[in-house]
Amino acid sequence: MEWLAAIGRHVIDVLRSLGHHATFFWELLRTLPASLRRPSFAVAQVHALGNLSLLVILSSGLAVGFVLALQTYYALATYGAADSVGLVVNLSLVRELGPVVTALLFAGRAGTSLTAEIGLMKAGEQLSAMELMAVDPKSRVLAPRFVGGIVAMPILALLFSAIGILGAYVVAVLLIGLDPGNFWSIMESGVDVRRDLGNGIIKSIVFGVICSFVAVYQGFEARPTPEGVARATTRTVVISSLTVLAMDFVLTALMFSTR
Amino acid sequence: MRSTRILSAADKLIEFDHVSFGYDPASTVLRDISASFQRGKVTAILGGSGCGKTTLLRLIGGVYPVRQGAVRIDGEAIDTRNAEQLYKLRRRLGMLFQFGALFTDLSVFENVAFPLREHTDLDETMIRDIVLMKLNAVGLRGAAPLRISQISGGMARRVALARAIALDPELLLYDEPFTGLDPIAMGVTANLIRKLNDATGATSLVVSHDVQECFEICDYAYIMAAPGVVIAHGRPEELNASDDPQVRQFIRGEPDGPVKFHYPAPPLAQDLGLTESR
Amino acid sequence: MSKRSTEVLVGLFVLLGIAALVFLALRAANLSSFNGADTYTLVAKFDNIGGLKVRSPVRSAGVVVGRVTSIALDPKSYQGVAKLDIDKSVQFPADSSARILTSGLLGDQYIGLEAGGDEKMFAPGDTIKSTQSAVVLESLISQFLFNKAADAGGPAAPAATAAPAPSGAKK
Repeated sequence: MEWLAAIGRHVIDVLRSLGHHATFFWELLRTLPASLRRPSFAVAQVHALGNLSLLVILSSGLAVGFVLALQTYYALATYGAADSVGLVVNLSLVRELGPVVTALLFAGRAGTSLTAEIGLMKAGEQLSAMELMAVDPKSRVLAPRFVGGIVAMPILALLFSAIGILGAYVVAVLLIGLDPGNFWSIMESGVDVRRDLGNGIIKSIVFGVICSFVAVYQGFEARPTPEGVARATTRTVVISSLTVLAMDFVLTALMFSTR
Repeated sequence: MRSTRILSAADKLIEFDHVSFGYDPASTVLRDISASFQRGKVTAILGGSGCGKTTLLRLIGGVYPVRQGAVRIDGEAIDTRNAEQLYKLRRRLGMLFQFGALFTDLSVFENVAFPLREHTDLDETMIRDIVLMKLNAVGLRGAAPLRISQISGGMARRVALARAIALDPELLLYDEPFTGLDPIAMGVTANLIRKLNDATGATSLVVSHDVQECFEICDYAYIMAAPGVVIAHGRPEELNASDDPQVRQFIRGEPDGPVKFHYPAPPLAQDLGLTESR
Repeated sequence: MSKRSTEVLVGLFVLLGIAALVFLALRAANLSSFNGADTYTLVAKFDNIGGLKVRSPVRSAGVVVGRVTSIALDPKSYQGVAKLDIDKSVQFPADSSARILTSGLLGDQYIGLEAGGDEKMFAPGDTIKSTQSAVVLESLISQFLFNKAADAGGPAAPAATAAPAPSGAKK
């Protein structure tokens, strides 16, 4: 019956890990008021995580917009509904692809840099040094990065969607030759600000919390060796991506259920 | 040979009272350690690798709770769950980590200014003056604008020392300050440790395995050995004259003695196949 | 100090985000159409609301003059009750009619208001008396087949012909 004990141990490990995540999250939240009293650190992090991700996000958004426009055109043209390309691209981006793809890219670029940075600080005993100087590393190092990620993510997602739509315009109107007036008006009448755009923003905020938290947690809990940091960065990407995709399913089901 | 030093309660800044500790429940790093560190003096903690000397420093800093016994600062036992007590304790101490543990994203100046910015409301001009004076004390005032990646290991340790003394702490903890330094840098560091201690009236604890340098600057020393016990303590002259074989082997650096040279293995002839194995 | 330039860049970043939000909300979504501030409510009852949804537009002569704000079932008459928010600047005669129409062949459904000739206008909260329900595809098809069968069947057919009348069949 050894495998039964092994499963039991595994379950207990998972539960302990979940509990550890939850306590860590709670401790992080508790440090927020103190750390926000000096906003310059969080601002610097918004720069590091947001501004410096712009290139990746904008170019990906443009590319996705191009491809989406092309593919939906091919699909819709068979039904004579080619004019709805703008609408389909907009809905796809604003409801789903904007928040989700941005979150995945964010986890890959910003999340890994966060984890590596914090992990290396841990390996170099910088976090212990801070602690012995009576400065709480969670408040001074982790909280600004956490906040920075949550602020940066929705902005990046909006930019992704916006530039995707512009990219779709380029392909649909300038390249394929669809009517620009129809492109915008059909889109305008079909996309609802509160339902589509609003829910998309809520999604990206939730994803921002997830990605920032996972990155910061993995960095802080990494083993202070080169292999430890490397494995932590990998774990950040994998765990962030999977959690984002799972939450996306839950949120989509909640938000876009047909009444 | 044990020293017969008797310290009054007021003299003992730090006291380890039958302390046992291990990082995880299975292992034990410190076994029933009792030691006291006198106020205003430089005390060395010597021993080979893995004897638990760095752990002593961490316990003084309140990083981990002890398994048995108590660590007392000024007579008051450290309670690691008491955040306020830990905060007050850590404000009084400065620790120099083995490789400096400088903040790599800040410049030399910013590193030394860090404790000042975090714990005081001093304005920028005052902070600048204090930082430059601390850097001057370690001889690195000219390196203030440099980034951490631009300075050598020895310089990094001196910057870390400047940072450790930024708030003029009463207690200075040095974790292996001489390791990996060339003779000149070692001399400079040892000199600084002694001078700082005397000039400020602080108490210094130096953890090291460099017997020579330590004996030149310390007033008292504890020698620890592998299972996590204190094997001797006393003034440098007393330890030098010790008859204890473990102490003699350590102080003289003899390759073989109570600490064996050979890792446990079957006889050489057996390994080479010259005799029949059992 | 580079701290200032960082702050400027972050400010730019946030500004870009707001610009994207404004673009998406105004140009790419339906925010620019009114949002309920200057509107009054009318009620319309239908035997079958078809595919009408909340926030479907209300048009008159093709121009959007309002939105559907709620759809419910009247438990007594078993009719679909739709509440409409109409722009205050447009008044309709008390005998105007409401029909459920489809935009395009397979598009979304909306309510079309056709102005009547009454001198009195609807007051807020009034019910539109004359309504025509959604066209149900199945009944259209079955009517069509029935007509075909009747034509083929001979002179007994005339009684069976009818214009597509509002029927109670479920869509």
